[in-house]
Amino acid sequence: MSKKPQKRLTPKQRERRQFLRSIALTVGVGGIALMGMVPVLGKWVQRLRPPGALKEEKFLAACIKCGQCVQVCPVEAIKLADLTDGLGVGVPHIDPRDQACDFSCDGLQCVLACPTGALIHEISFESEVDMGVARTVNLKQCLAVNGQGFKGLARGADFDGKLRYAEIDRWNPIKLADHPYDLELCDLCVRQCPIEINIAKCAAEDAQQKEGKVDLVAVRQKNECAPKHAIELQNINGVMTPVILDGCVGCGVCEMVCPVEPAVIVMDSSESRANSEGMRTL
Amino acid sequence: MSTVFESIRVLLGGTPKRVAKKDLPEEVRELHAHKFADKERVEKIHIELAEKHANPPTEKRRLKRWAVLIAVNLLFVVSYHLDIQLLEGALTASRFAGFHMADLNSALQVMLAFKHVVINLVIGTVTVFILWWLLGGRTFCSWVCPYHLVAEWAEMLHLKLIDKGWAKDIQFDRRSRTWLWLVFVILAVVTGYTVYETISPTGILSRALIYGPGVALIWVSLLLLFEIFFSRRAWCRYACPIGLTYGIVGATSPFTVHYKLPNCFHEGECRKVCLVPHVLDTVLKGKAKALEVDIGADCTRCLRCVDACPTGALTFKYKGLSS
Repeated sequence: MSKKPQKRLTPKQRERRQFLRSIALTVGVGGIALMGMVPVLGKWVQRLRPPGALKEEKFLAACIKCGQCVQVCPVEAIKLADLTDGLGVGVPHIDPRDQACDFSCDGLQCVLACPTGALIHEISFESEVDMGVARTVNLKQCLAVNGQGFKGLARGADFDGKLRYAEIDRWNPIKLADHPYDLELCDLCVRQCPIEINIAKCAAEDAQQKEGKVDLVAVRQKNECAPKHAIELQNINGVMTPVILDGCVGCGVCEMVCPVEPAVIVMDSSESRANSEGMRTL
Repeated sequence: MSTVFESIRVLLGGTPKRVAKKDLPEEVRELHAHKFADKERVEKIHIELAEKHANPPTEKRRLKRWAVLIAVNLLFVVSYHLDIQLLEGALTASRFAGFHMADLNSALQVMLAFKHVVINLVIGTVTVFILWWLLGGRTFCSWVCPYHLVAEWAEMLHLKLIDKGWAKDIQFDRRSRTWLWLVFVILAVVTGYTVYETISPTGILSRALIYGPGVALIWVSLLLLFEIFFSRRAWCRYACPIGLTYGIVGATSPFTVHYKLPNCFHEGECRKVCLVPHVLDTVLKGKAKALEVDIGADCTRCLRCVDACPTGALTFKYKGLSS
């Protein structure tokens, strides 16, 4: 009988090999899963999280990656991240330049949908949201700073993003591409800011009540009216400049509507104005 | 009770305990001794089997199970895209007609990583626990998990390639699944992240179906390729912590596959199709400890063995409903 090049293994040797192989499998699978920490710890991406999101580390831990927040958002602002986000796979985020959170759901539906408290249930109104803070960049390009007006579609005819214009349709957001503007001085970021719109609405109601016309204020809920302004055009040395104020919640509508390419205002999710009781700031 | 512990021990990776011949009950020994006396019957079974192998019949129960699995996953997709709102979310967590449901392993990962549990998650977890206890625990795997379905298709290919000698079936120690379950529990507690969810093919596939595909599917494809060429059903057999979690839930479930020794002629057809053949250790000649045996916790209740058995020795039963 000729000798085989391969040695025959005894059952004990075979068992030992299988054991080692299984250790390797365990370490391998565990290791691959741990690689998901690299994009998170390396902060490869800074994501704008949905309203009510906890501080990033807590948010990633608490999120069960089910996408119920995605399903309830009327403007489809919320997207789930891919495996390129590592541990953040399946975790919701908002890319405000494509579609900002415009609060057209009225009741923070994503917060209500969240089954694990990754989006905290303690908040109910837009001014209590704390996703981040708007930041102006490259102000030299800003139309207002240059004293220019704006006429036409803010983001062009092909833009899919939606916004609710209460004066057109109180309940349904419409496409930005279906709503042309004609402004003498561009103030889109201030004009469309949901916080500013909320403040203006409350002020109008207050004025009407004073005149005794309506009794709307009586049914107003606590915190319904934003206490602080979020953005305004300030005259700085004779130049009208968008300035971000303490009431900014980071919803990203200003970034979405900014007609300049790239946008003059961007969201910064690493900063916070601590508007909410949320743990984003803790 | 001891059978439940034994069943969990095997689930965790232990080798099924065997009983010495002299310790078997009298009636079982009797049966083992006389089993092949009826030569004519055995001959007939072999002819039937040869026919079955030449012309494999459609596995009706398997097709029904696939239909259920696809229907459940499609319900998620349809609920979202047609805005029916019947089953919102994904397999990791959802609302069925408004009621919270949470996958037990995902909920466990979140609880351990977040270290804080909101009431909705408790409701969802308890609901799903009761649901799968009633339905058999790992029934989740074979009747709902989308990875199980693609892995079954990969397995069909794998078996064809094995016949041609183009693939092999590397076996691992089944305890590796228990180790991985522990590894992911510890990682969730220590790192504060739901580490397992990163690679969970169940979660990835469920979200891909509902919210659209992504590069995460590459990971799932790699798993399938590994199973096709190197190791039959490796993920479900040796790695998936979800399977272990549901296995523990199903250990005391009233829904089990049921073995009847008097009908068994030890042809071994059931073990050939089984994802977890160690649960069928009892069907080996001389191994059954009683005339009737409930199949253990690791069984996914896929019912392929029920279809495969040529002599009707394997059935399924619901304790308290059928005899």
